Amino acid sequence: MMGFTPVGSTLGGLVLGLAISLLILFDGRIAGISGIVGRSFGARGAELSWRLYFLGGLLLGGLLWRLLSPGVFGAPSSTGLPTLAIGGLLVGVGTTIGNGCTSGHGLCGISRLSPRSVVATLVFVATGMLTVAVTRGRL
Amino acid sequence: MSNAKGKNAVAAICGLLFALGLGLGGMTNPLKVQAFLDVLGKWDPSLMFVMGGGIAVGVWTFRAAKRRAHPLLGGDFGWPRATRVDAPLLAGAAIFGVGWGLTGYCPGPALVAVGAGRIGPVVAVSSMVLGMLATQAVTRRRAQATSAAAARLT
Repeated sequence: MMGFTPVGSTLGGLVLGLAISLLILFDGRIAGISGIVGRSFGARGAELSWRLYFLGGLLLGGLLWRLLSPGVFGAPSSTGLPTLAIGGLLVGVGTTIGNGCTSGHGLCGISRLSPRSVVATLVFVATGMLTVAVTRGRL
Repeated sequence: MSNAKGKNAVAAICGLLFALGLGLGGMTNPLKVQAFLDVLGKWDPSLMFVMGGGIAVGVWTFRAAKRRAHPLLGGDFGWPRATRVDAPLLAGAAIFGVGWGLTGYCPGPALVAVGAGRIGPVVAVSSMVLGMLATQAVTRRRAQATSAAAARLT
């Protein structure tokens, strides 16, 4: 999976496009994963259930990948657990304050031509690049 | 009339498709994600193709959705109401990007990677949820403090 994979990545993107399309057209909902997780807390009834079904499908997909092609998860990362904990925390805090992540802003927001989402995507890609540049000593 | 059962079924299928797309696209591999972010090193631009593929489909279907009064299974569209580029958007996106760069996981791929049965994604997802709940609690408290202050003024 390492190296440049334009075909596989485009194919993956098209499948993601199908997923966000079905969810908006049939359910009227935005497939923003951070929002789906964050707003599950405190939601009730239909507002809770569609989120749980979506997350159930997502987790089931992970299990299927493990059975069919565990290589998609990559080599065991050398990233330490403290880094994963701190980074995960920042992902949770940032997506809640900024109202979205790669899927909600990046895929859905840009698809609906939202200026907010275009700006958010440029910002998180920029700080992500800066972070990797710093941690890998590129600067 | 909104078809709740149908909506749940579509949501489950979409979650599954989403996991399929993330895996195919290379997003579930944190090293590949970090290679995309590593522009000053050995840059792998593949993930731009993931975004491109998704948006190439989404731009048409979101346009079609915007023209409709109701989703195909009834009820209402949950369009985001915020339109302004404000400080929370910028600060939140900036913070998220740092976490994304450190871990190589954004929320969707992190959840899918929990299926890998390794400890890393479980730690990333748990702390992500913790960060969400803590931020929600702080935001709620601030809103309460603001409305209490407003009540004192009137």
